[in-house]
Amino acid sequence: MARAHLADPHMKKTAQGEERMETAEIDATNMETKELNGRLRDLMLLGVQKIALRNVCGQRYIGTRLYNPERRKVEIEIFGTPGNDLAAFLFGHKITVHGNAQDGVGNTMDDGEVVVEGRAGDVLGFSMRGGKIFVRDSVGYRTALHMKEYEDKRPVLVIGGTSQDFLGEYMAGGIVILLGLGGKSHKGNFIGNGMHGGVIYLRGRVERAQVGSQVEISPLDGADREIVDHYVSEFIERFPELGLNKEEILKDEFMRLSPRSKRPYGKLYAY
Amino acid sequence: MEFKITMPRKRRELYKKDICACSIFGAMNRDGDRFTGDGVMSAIANMHVRGNGLGGGFAAYGIYPEYKDYYAFHLMFTGSNSDAKRSAKQDFDVFLCENFDVVYDEEIPHGDEATVSDPPLVWRYFVAPRKCGDETNLSDDDYVVMKVMHINTKIENAYVFSSGKNMGCFKGVGYPEEIGEYFMLDRLYKAYTWTVHGRFPTNTQAWWGGAHPFSLLDTTVVHNGEISSYGTNRWYLEMYGYACTLQTDTEVIAYAADLLMRRQKLPIELVAKILAPPIWNCIDRMNERERRLFTALRMVYAPLLMNGPFSIIIGQTGKMIGLTDRIRLRPLTAATRGSMFYLSSEEASIRLISPKLDSVWTPNGGEPVVGKLNNMT
Repeated sequence: MARAHLADPHMKKTAQGEERMETAEIDATNMETKELNGRLRDLMLLGVQKIALRNVCGQRYIGTRLYNPERRKVEIEIFGTPGNDLAAFLFGHKITVHGNAQDGVGNTMDDGEVVVEGRAGDVLGFSMRGGKIFVRDSVGYRTALHMKEYEDKRPVLVIGGTSQDFLGEYMAGGIVILLGLGGKSHKGNFIGNGMHGGVIYLRGRVERAQVGSQVEISPLDGADREIVDHYVSEFIERFPELGLNKEEILKDEFMRLSPRSKRPYGKLYAY
Repeated sequence: MEFKITMPRKRRELYKKDICACSIFGAMNRDGDRFTGDGVMSAIANMHVRGNGLGGGFAAYGIYPEYKDYYAFHLMFTGSNSDAKRSAKQDFDVFLCENFDVVYDEEIPHGDEATVSDPPLVWRYFVAPRKCGDETNLSDDDYVVMKVMHINTKIENAYVFSSGKNMGCFKGVGYPEEIGEYFMLDRLYKAYTWTVHGRFPTNTQAWWGGAHPFSLLDTTVVHNGEISSYGTNRWYLEMYGYACTLQTDTEVIAYAADLLMRRQKLPIELVAKILAPPIWNCIDRMNERERRLFTALRMVYAPLLMNGPFSIIIGQTGKMIGLTDRIRLRPLTAATRGSMFYLSSEEASIRLISPKLDSVWTPNGGEPVVGKLNNMT
């Protein structure tokens, strides 16, 4: 009941069968963040299903205001460089970036999918609680910081390259896969510091010293292999231009990083 | 029960704190070709939301080729009215003429004063040292540093905010694009390196002298972050004759860079490991040679460790250096395109003025990225 009065008048119109635009385009040149997100919301409420954003240059929080109780979904294509906190709180929509993304992609993302055809900056997937993010190249610091999961919501990050330091810091849930494509070795330090949930799969090797003391390193078992197999297939589908061969990728050594304890600080703070 | 407070206490004004960040940007043409400031002004304006209009500034290298052999002093004369500013200038002029030969001076051209808040009188002087007595033993640079420190501590309402050769800083209270417009940087100057800063004053009030860049001789620093070790750093630098007078933290980085790079002639790779040293458990894992080096650096230069989150761009003649704290708590993106080298808080600002880039990366914490003029000897 409380939600009824939040409904936008546009929605009533479309429900009455008015003509819908299927696709739309926004030229974001010199447009401010708030206006861009406002227009995206208006288009979604009009029933538009695909929106292309041209000349994006640093506008933040793209896709963040697209919550709607009807669970309408839009697909957003971004041309240019989106600003920080792309897809923050994303509510089940799909965003494709034809280029690089900055810091904070998928901040507290709820559901949906983000595909970055390039690299992403720091704190990718920060507090993410659902949905999937695919990044073609490498990512910055603090990827998957405090990512979490609950019941059927299990966020997934698949990264083609590698990550800088503090990957999976305070990670509480979800799946992170680092493919190390193009011979990228994993040089990041402090991997999984404070990790107490979720799992990181790395193709290639890391030294014990690169990984937080709370983290156990183990080989993949059958269930792990199924998960990795599944998401590697999805990654390959999203970046056909890379011409990747699934068997080639999967035949290499993978490592599984998971927390030794779900409550690493239980003894420290609780008595 | 009553407690008696014996320590004298200053009443601290609590002011409203906006949640913002800072923006930094740098562009360098490594072939030495000079360009106007309009590109960097657009780039920093694209990060408008990172600042709050309480400070902006630029450093520009190669802008005074006709006076390249003279120190270019940029002076700020503050005061409540124009008479007070003029009077500060008179006091300063007396000191300057006793210690330097002035080859040319003028008010720095600017636009309408109504577009910015409370601008000081801003003047530039092209000078050559005139040393007497014991001072003749000093190098020109040391002499200039000594005099700059004297002016900033002893002459009231006069601040040297730029003192290098063939370069200059321009700064004030406002958004950086407004400060650039005020000093007409898009029309009057051509530089091979521009660095720029949009400021959110973290812990101090905004004033013209407290805007970035902070500089000494030809070293300039723009900074995003907060130096929580300021007190320790300041105390250490004072022992080497550096007086921190500008009421904000970044000043210590400029003086530390001058001490380590100019006076002690350390390469930037080592300086980075002094300002942003690896943490002890990383040092423990190094081979013995490195472990000894990094242990020694941490012991000898402990008071120059810059604690707290930072990303900085250091400008010097022929060089532009980017550095973040050791765990990269503030953003910095580097990029190249042909002879151009860029550093920025956000990639989008680089793409705005150079849509195509040869390479883009985010440097590791504590590892400097350095752009150098190709023809530098």
